[in-house]
Amino acid sequence: MARYGMVIDTARCVGCMDCVVACKTENGVPDGYCRDWITEEARGRFPTVHLEIRSERCNHCDNPPCVTCCPTGASHVEAGLGRIVLVTHDVCIGCKACLASCPYDARFIHPEGYADKCTFCAHRIQKGEDPACVAVCPTRCMHFGDLDDPHSEVSRLLEARRNHALLPEAGTGPRIFFLT
Amino acid sequence: MELSEITVHRMNPQIDPGLHVWGWEIPVYLFLGGLVAGMMILGGHLLVRGHGRRPQSVCHRLPALAIALLSLGMLALFLDLEHKRFVWRLYTTFEITSPMSWGAWILLLVYPALVAAFLVARGTLRPDLARRIGQLNMALGALLGIYTGILLSALGARPLWNSALLGPLFLLSGLSSAAALVHLLARDREEQTLFMKADNAFLATELVLLVLFFLGLVSSTRVHLEAARLFFGGPLTALFWVFVVGLGLVVPLVIQPLAVRHRVAHTAVAPLLVIAGGLALRFVIVYAGQMSHWR
Repeated sequence: MARYGMVIDTARCVGCMDCVVACKTENGVPDGYCRDWITEEARGRFPTVHLEIRSERCNHCDNPPCVTCCPTGASHVEAGLGRIVLVTHDVCIGCKACLASCPYDARFIHPEGYADKCTFCAHRIQKGEDPACVAVCPTRCMHFGDLDDPHSEVSRLLEARRNHALLPEAGTGPRIFFLT
Repeated sequence: MELSEITVHRMNPQIDPGLHVWGWEIPVYLFLGGLVAGMMILGGHLLVRGHGRRPQSVCHRLPALAIALLSLGMLALFLDLEHKRFVWRLYTTFEITSPMSWGAWILLLVYPALVAAFLVARGTLRPDLARRIGQLNMALGALLGIYTGILLSALGARPLWNSALLGPLFLLSGLSSAAALVHLLARDREEQTLFMKADNAFLATELVLLVLFFLGLVSSTRVHLEAARLFFGGPLTALFWVFVVGLGLVVPLVIQPLAVRHRVAHTAVAPLLVIAGGLALRFVIVYAGQMSHWR
């Protein structure tokens, strides 16, 4: 069974926000909302300041707190599609427990009332295509694939390069990795 | 100077710049849920002790009031939902890992238990049945009270809430608010004194639980320590120490033992402070939890 994830090369990302625009266009994300976003993290002491630019989104965690706290089963792990985390809109009651449970603040309430977030472009990956953000990235810094397949591009990159995930200490098992 | 700066280019409503998904509705619901839980335990206790036979007993009036207060709480909860027309989805499944699902089903059991208590408290039915229904009310009340705290503590992303102590803390707060309310409503002298004494015990236990709650936070990780700082110099310091601890716990704990010993007059001041303190506790904990985060 596949376990989809993403690997993003922070040495290549320039924070152009093409991924954000592509996602909004592809998924009809309403004005004023976004499913993915850019984070800039600066650390160090001048003149040796290190800047990491990251394209962030739902981490489709191995141990998703949004799924365990959902009272209706609207938030669920899609076992047949790389164990990505999805929300069934007409099962969601908009209680917002999932928003409060996500350490990445990756979710929001869609103006129509249901909890919304990145789906890894489920409709595209079902057809064997990359998520829209990966497909449009002009620096080719984003990679999508099966983390459980040792021969996949994402597994090979993780094997070859130093990387980190976000807030692994939160215990959620995030599946987006950033190459450094 | 060491630089450590994170800039997030995201501005989702209710999420940025800080999480604010729950306004007044959830604290009001948690308060009323806790209050009703306490009323079920105390009213159930009176039924078990055979107070149904006393025409003056407050246990005759508690179930109907509890149903009204719980319905108000449920209305607040419903108002908070963003996808209201799908609320029935709560009852098409039972999600064993979700405290909110547990709560939905517990609430469904609480109503008939309260109706049963209302009927037996009329005093015409068999005493053994009244005792059984009293016990059922006590058990369901305890579940309801604990659930209102566990609801928050299960949301792992908010370090302030990551304590199972929130369950017993909210239960004790519900019991103290309920004891204060029942004391105000009681006409029977013995019941008045019983509930004032009980309230003192609940308040003292609540104070101990609060100390343990903070000990748990400050002896944990950096993010938990930062969560505790919201109450020690942070933005909620005054609200918490003045309204929750000072007026809601310490002042009633000074006044009520004196009133029990007839050293000061019985007034509604201390019970009203306890009730207001219980409401303030829910507001402070719900707001502070949303301010705490892992990053």
